[in-house]
Amino acid sequence: MKRVYFDNSATSRTDQAVIDAMLPFMKEHYGNPSSLHGFGREAKKAMDASRASVAKLINADPMEIVFTSGGTESDNLALKGFVFANKNKGKHIIISSIEHHAVLHTCEYLQKNGFEITYLPVDSDGIVHPETLEKAIRPDTILVSIMHANNEIGTIEPIGELAKIASSRSIAFHTDAVQTVGHVSIDVKSEGVSMLSMSAHKFYGPKGVGALYVRKGIRLEPLLHGGGHERGMRSSTENVPGIVGIGKASEIAMDEMKTEAEKLTRLRNMMIDGVLKKIPRSNLNGHRTKRLPNNANFRFDFIEGEGLVLRMDMRGFALSTGSACSTKSLEPSHVLIALGLKPEQAHGSLRISMGKDNLEEEVNQFIDALPEEVAKLREMSPYNEANPMVANEPWCSSEDHDHHETEVR
Amino acid sequence: MYSDKVLEHFTNPRNVGEIPDADGIGKVGNPVCGDVMFIYIKVKDDIITDIKFKTLGCGAAIATSSMITEMAKGKTLEEARKISRGDVAEALEGLPPQKMHCSNLAADGLKAAIEDYENKKKQQT
Repeated sequence: MKRVYFDNSATSRTDQAVIDAMLPFMKEHYGNPSSLHGFGREAKKAMDASRASVAKLINADPMEIVFTSGGTESDNLALKGFVFANKNKGKHIIISSIEHHAVLHTCEYLQKNGFEITYLPVDSDGIVHPETLEKAIRPDTILVSIMHANNEIGTIEPIGELAKIASSRSIAFHTDAVQTVGHVSIDVKSEGVSMLSMSAHKFYGPKGVGALYVRKGIRLEPLLHGGGHERGMRSSTENVPGIVGIGKASEIAMDEMKTEAEKLTRLRNMMIDGVLKKIPRSNLNGHRTKRLPNNANFRFDFIEGEGLVLRMDMRGFALSTGSACSTKSLEPSHVLIALGLKPEQAHGSLRISMGKDNLEEEVNQFIDALPEEVAKLREMSPYNEANPMVANEPWCSSEDHDHHETEVR
Repeated sequence: MYSDKVLEHFTNPRNVGEIPDADGIGKVGNPVCGDVMFIYIKVKDDIITDIKFKTLGCGAAIATSSMITEMAKGKTLEEARKISRGDVAEALEGLPPQKMHCSNLAADGLKAAIEDYENKKKQQT
């Protein structure tokens, strides 16, 4: 069976040119960039070149790029690093309610450590409205963090406008741009962001490497102490092959991003129109146009998302869902709940995230296969148009029943 | 993450559907949690002669529903009532820890259907 990979927001296939660029830095140029000898110098040179490529991709200065192990570390460094270094100025942080767990859980940790967090609401398309930020700002607000695009529903936030509000009050603005860097053009200067997180494996680079853009003049407390690498902001011998990889992926993105976005926008629109037309009681999650070129996220009434992912996997399509049953916590996606969906609606979501290798024929095959699988699950479901879902009927178990038991046999 | 047996039952679930003249109906779960199971039984001489289910839920919820219908068919009410969540999980060659509640749903659904049958019977006499 031919397999179709539609889960590029989870991770993407490493570009062959990226692999080719990386290999020599394991086989021949394996020196430590801190070493004085030739091996060290060639590694250092490659790292500098990579830093320049990454900086160019987002219109930053190379000195403003800190290499990390990925998006999660970049978010942690931005948030913890900034607030620990600036806690004398205030203890209030503002984030959106649809942030990635790397931001959300970091803020929960900060809350336990004396900081206060405000979660901005989003509208039913997932957009953070600038006036909500205006209203949430307090005299002791030191940091705002709003993602550039949401990883589940693909909605793109107006970060330029939001950053402007923050900077007019001298508040730092961080954005988690893990889903957009390399896919959508970003200019940190014109957007006016203070910090930006990115991850290589989301744009055809290797896993285990990312970067944090830190605008000149911003002070961060390091998370890792040691030899003082990355200008003291991130000690640890540099992951040279990975860093070469993110540099190469950035170069390729500079060349291909525009064509890729055009192609994927067209395929995405085909996908959205096709699915909504062919499947009754289906809805799109996220904004219709202000969304990632590669993302489509649907919900289907009367069924649950994990079952649909499994059935589509058997048909060769790799997808993901925000269903509670797909997670360890068994909670429905916080993003879908923030849109105003009821938990019983949030369980039936399906995310398709395309990549540059995907073809129009794959989209057509998908649109042909999906209605059959939705129909099969609906046949099994106790709910339908005549018998709609009603939450908390007398026979229903309570919401917090033993879902969280983790009995292991 | 799922055993082959779970995937097999999920792909080809046994006894899907409703029994229009069911002797007992069990409804368990909650759409809020994303898991709901309706189970229908026909009973003759204290033996479950037919059983069908309809389930909203993940792969494990559907597989456990399918499995319990196979396990209960032909059994006496007394035997069927004794089928535990552990028995269902075991018959499916295990479930991931966070999915154990799905096997609970199936076992509870069957018990609820038997209870419903017995209540109806009491009312008749």
